[in-house]
Amino acid sequence: MTDFVTPQKMAEMIPSGCKLGLAPDDYAAAPGLVRMLIDRRIRDLHVVCAPIGGMQVDMLIGAGAVATLETSAVSLGEAGGAPCFSRAVRDGSIRLRDATCPAVFAGLTAAEKGVPFMPIRGIIGSDVLEKRDDWKVTSNPFDDSEKIVVVSAIQPDIALFHAPEADRFGNVRLGRRREVMLLAHASKKAFVTVERISDVSLLEDEKMAAGVLPAIYVSAVAQLKNGGWPTGLYAEYPRDGQEVEKYARAARSPEGFQTYIQGSRSAA
Amino acid sequence: MSEACTSRELMIYTISRLLKGVRHVAVGQSSPMPAAGAMLLRALNERDGRERVQVSILGSVKHNSFTGGAEELFDCAAQGRLDAFFLGGGQIDGQGNVNLVGTGDYPNNPVRWPGSFGSAYLYFLVPRVILFREEHSLRSLVERVDFVSAPGVTDETVYRRGGPHALLTNAALFSFEREAGRFRLQSTHRGYDWRDIRATTGFAYDNEQCEATTPMPDETTLALIRGRIREELRECYPQFAGNMPGPG
Repeated sequence: MTDFVTPQKMAEMIPSGCKLGLAPDDYAAAPGLVRMLIDRRIRDLHVVCAPIGGMQVDMLIGAGAVATLETSAVSLGEAGGAPCFSRAVRDGSIRLRDATCPAVFAGLTAAEKGVPFMPIRGIIGSDVLEKRDDWKVTSNPFDDSEKIVVVSAIQPDIALFHAPEADRFGNVRLGRRREVMLLAHASKKAFVTVERISDVSLLEDEKMAAGVLPAIYVSAVAQLKNGGWPTGLYAEYPRDGQEVEKYARAARSPEGFQTYIQGSRSAA
Repeated sequence: MSEACTSRELMIYTISRLLKGVRHVAVGQSSPMPAAGAMLLRALNERDGRERVQVSILGSVKHNSFTGGAEELFDCAAQGRLDAFFLGGGQIDGQGNVNLVGTGDYPNNPVRWPGSFGSAYLYFLVPRVILFREEHSLRSLVERVDFVSAPGVTDETVYRRGGPHALLTNAALFSFEREAGRFRLQSTHRGYDWRDIRATTGFAYDNEQCEATTPMPDETTLALIRGRIREELRECYPQFAGNMPGPG
């Protein structure tokens, strides 16, 4: 059963200390709801970026909400590096688990399939592998002469993302963004903010159904118009480049970051 | 006469030359010049009636036909369906190792970059990985990277069909010799000679006293960059496209 809740209620349903899976900027990031998490002073999150993070992740770090960060990168795209992330790395205020994108997908795929690990090509000889105690090099069980990496399953407690549309049954349309589908499948629960809620089942139209995340995986839906602002929502609206630039400039100092957070509200 | 070819336009053109013959090229996030080079190859091939090139620009709606999500790029690479890709790197060293993480000691790097993205994987699987780093300096081209996001060479116990193909900067073009695990200077761009390159490159490489100059695009190719390519770039890189020379 999918709960239909207000965005405020959804923010309260995400507890401090949980393992939170987030989608990349420009695809299905939920900066609108993330702002509410910051406003309610969420703490000690283990953030899993699937597979990279952007402005919403940088804001969570700047707000002191993140204890552990598992990611392949954090960047503000055309607006440059992520200032709060860089600062937290220098200060040692977050525990880092650097990854590489396909290894995150492999870990999520393992969780999706309910198996403990997944093999993956490449990676051997990189320092990324050296720093991960949850990735191992093993030999191919079918060919002992070949070494291969295995990564352990990644199962977030909650996946949080923004999507164009849900229906009143809790099905959510993701279209081509199947890495978000994977994140939802792998996580114990999916919380989704949406632009619109349709009265008609999204599964009725066969042309659309393959791009729909069924309600089986969706624990809660909240309507939050413009919930992807300012980083954008795939195929719906682009990023507000000026706003992201404004953030990038402000967040260069901790004081500037605080001023930005206090002085700007989410557009939702 | 139109405005002279800019340094960036020369790099875009050079990327299109390095991609000659590929069937499928993908371009990662935050890579406007590689995206432009791939789009230019596609446009030139169309113009000249050569083979159609599949260009997959991550982050694009228009120039990306993947329907399997972001994983599909990596699956394509693992199956040999992807011929070329680009990697940047805050640091690149003489063995082709790439560092996208930061300088100094991990994890509390004094200078931290975004992260390794897909490099640690794609470098093993994509036959033609073009290293692209606009800044040609002793701090970007180093003897040994501080962190290996992706290694340039691997021993034979590890499956590897891909790796570095070339290194392009704003000053020069190198090829990578996989057997030797070393770069070779191929040409210097207009305005630079081999001595400039030696003085600003932190690692050893072959053909130091190279006299070749990187070829420049002709007028019609330049017009294509300033017209069609600039327009195609606007979707994902509005700021970059806006700063390129062109009509309007």
